[in-house]
Amino acid sequence: MDLRDTPEEAAFRQEVRDFIAANLPDSSRVRGARRFEDADRDWSRKLGEAGYVGLTWPKEVGGAGAPYSHQAIFLEELARAEAPPHVGVIGVAMAGPTIMAFGSDEQQARYLPKILTAEEIWCQGFSEPGAGSDLASVRTRVEDRGDHFVVNGQKVWSSWAHIADFCILVGLGLPDAPRYKNLTYVIVDMHAPGVEVRPLVQITGHAEFNEIFFTDVQVPKENLLGEIGGGWQVAMTTLLHERGTLGFALAATLDVAVRKLLALAAERGVRDPILRDRIAREWIELQALRYTNYRALTTLTKTGIPGPEGSISKLVWSEANQRLTKLALEILGSHAQLTDGTGYSDGYWQYQQLRSRGNTIEAGTSEILRSIVAERVLGLPRSR
Amino acid sequence: MDFSFTPEQEDLRREARAFLEQHPAPTMDQLAELGWVGILRSDDFSFLDAAVLFEELGRALYAGPYLLNEVAAQPGDDVWSIEIDGFVPHLDAVDLVLLPDMRGAVAAGEVVATVDETLGLGRLSPNGAEAAAGTWPEVERRLLAALALEAVGIGSKALELAVDYAKERQQFGRRIGEFQAVSHSLADAYVGVELARSLAYWAAWCVAEADEQADVAARAAKGHAGEAAVAACERAIQAHGGIGFTWEHPLHRYYKRALWLEGALGYGREQRAEVAAYLLPS
Repeated sequence: MDLRDTPEEAAFRQEVRDFIAANLPDSSRVRGARRFEDADRDWSRKLGEAGYVGLTWPKEVGGAGAPYSHQAIFLEELARAEAPPHVGVIGVAMAGPTIMAFGSDEQQARYLPKILTAEEIWCQGFSEPGAGSDLASVRTRVEDRGDHFVVNGQKVWSSWAHIADFCILVGLGLPDAPRYKNLTYVIVDMHAPGVEVRPLVQITGHAEFNEIFFTDVQVPKENLLGEIGGGWQVAMTTLLHERGTLGFALAATLDVAVRKLLALAAERGVRDPILRDRIAREWIELQALRYTNYRALTTLTKTGIPGPEGSISKLVWSEANQRLTKLALEILGSHAQLTDGTGYSDGYWQYQQLRSRGNTIEAGTSEILRSIVAERVLGLPRSR
Repeated sequence: MDFSFTPEQEDLRREARAFLEQHPAPTMDQLAELGWVGILRSDDFSFLDAAVLFEELGRALYAGPYLLNEVAAQPGDDVWSIEIDGFVPHLDAVDLVLLPDMRGAVAAGEVVATVDETLGLGRLSPNGAEAAAGTWPEVERRLLAALALEAVGIGSKALELAVDYAKERQQFGRRIGEFQAVSHSLADAYVGVELARSLAYWAAWCVAEADEQADVAARAAKGHAGEAAVAACERAIQAHGGIGFTWEHPLHRYYKRALWLEGALGYGREQRAEVAAYLLPS
């Protein structure tokens, strides 16, 4: 056990720091807000050119073939610098790994390079009004018309859809086949006729995600991933990557939030022992999350499979972020309602606190994640 | 960055678990034969080796002075305990007692009745104490980390018992582990114990390396692990229903040890007050 960077890791960390210092103008730092609209295409392109996007992707597909520890270091340093997120996060973290696992050589050659350069942006068409946690009950049709597919239906909660070029979509391909054997997974061109995107305004007042309507959208046969009726398996790979590589990014953003909380508490001179207890609790929780990720990462590096403890990262992070942002509002006191910039906060905490309510819903609700821990980690019997 | 134990340490863990299953109440002589006594005074071992043993002793609900003797790390062949919050665990089973002012006193006094009946907790009689080796901050740091590790052992064992029970016990024609009211409660216990484990291993590494964060890491780990162990035991008792509330079932022994560990050297709230002083110096 050695929790310090190896000399090689330390060198990589320094390289990332130097890159950020040289390439990230002060104006595009988001002060940790990580608001959706702060994502920046120029910045994303620079990251791609420097080889920091797809760090763990194999070299054959344009990745850096770097160890997972580099990905962790990169995310930590980005968060520490309060750099904006990569605009193509769905492509990099979800579509790309799925295409690598299930895509043909032609599909890999067509899509992967432009994900890395942020030239093409991806969104995800999984959830529907009637299919949230229960993904297998999607109703959007992916009909096989011989020489092409036709897609009809509605998707929802699709981040980035309003600027996306492609959508990874899972829909009903074989309506008469049994559950879990009836889904088809395709890549849909978001510029095709019949695709309509409508932004959804969230409780923050920001439109971060969208509804997508598909009306007789023609999809070429070569856009199929996996087999017709084999979409469930492909979708699980996508979600595995959504949950699997997320831990370090989450711990890194929580790190920024905890630093800001401490700065706020210092500025406000917090003496109340109950508030101080809660502040210390969140700092401790952050350390616990960080070192739990390190444990999972070590197992991943040594065995190729993430350790079971990694499955708690998103659950722990989401609830910590909700407590922490609420705590910040309490420290702001009577200024917690002010969003006009005259108070102790410029609106950052008010935005973050409202945004945090989505954290326990998006990318697997806390209820689903507790069931995953119970069934897959503890080995308890399935509840459904 | 490598957050794992070495193959040798994993061997030590297996050896310890197997031995303690056969001998749940080993004497100090038996532990000395295994080479475990004086482990922190030996150049061949680090605090991380001891950490493996402290966690396994917790799992096995070991009741004896071994952990405190190792943490005291005093020269010679005497067996030591440490005065904690004014009381001395295993007073009758040791030769000497390390006091927080770093003097060693002869172990003499009166053992008192306690909730955890295996503590052998005693009040020390005043006697001529002599200077001991080391400093209290070092001892306290080791002790906080060791108690955190013992608590992780207790918490994970209690959770295991609850999971095993929820897989077997049937009500309404179903295994109770199928009910999310049960399974989600145990998932929360798992989260608590695994976060505590991460903190306890971090603290152990910091102590082993005399890292600058050793003090705050040890306090964070002890505060969190004590509470997580108690919570895991309470959830385990609830999952067991009536049988978990009986004297006959072993759960109450884990629970009572967890309650002791939660309070020893200060409850979570007291540890967090120290962490807050570190984060927000006034």
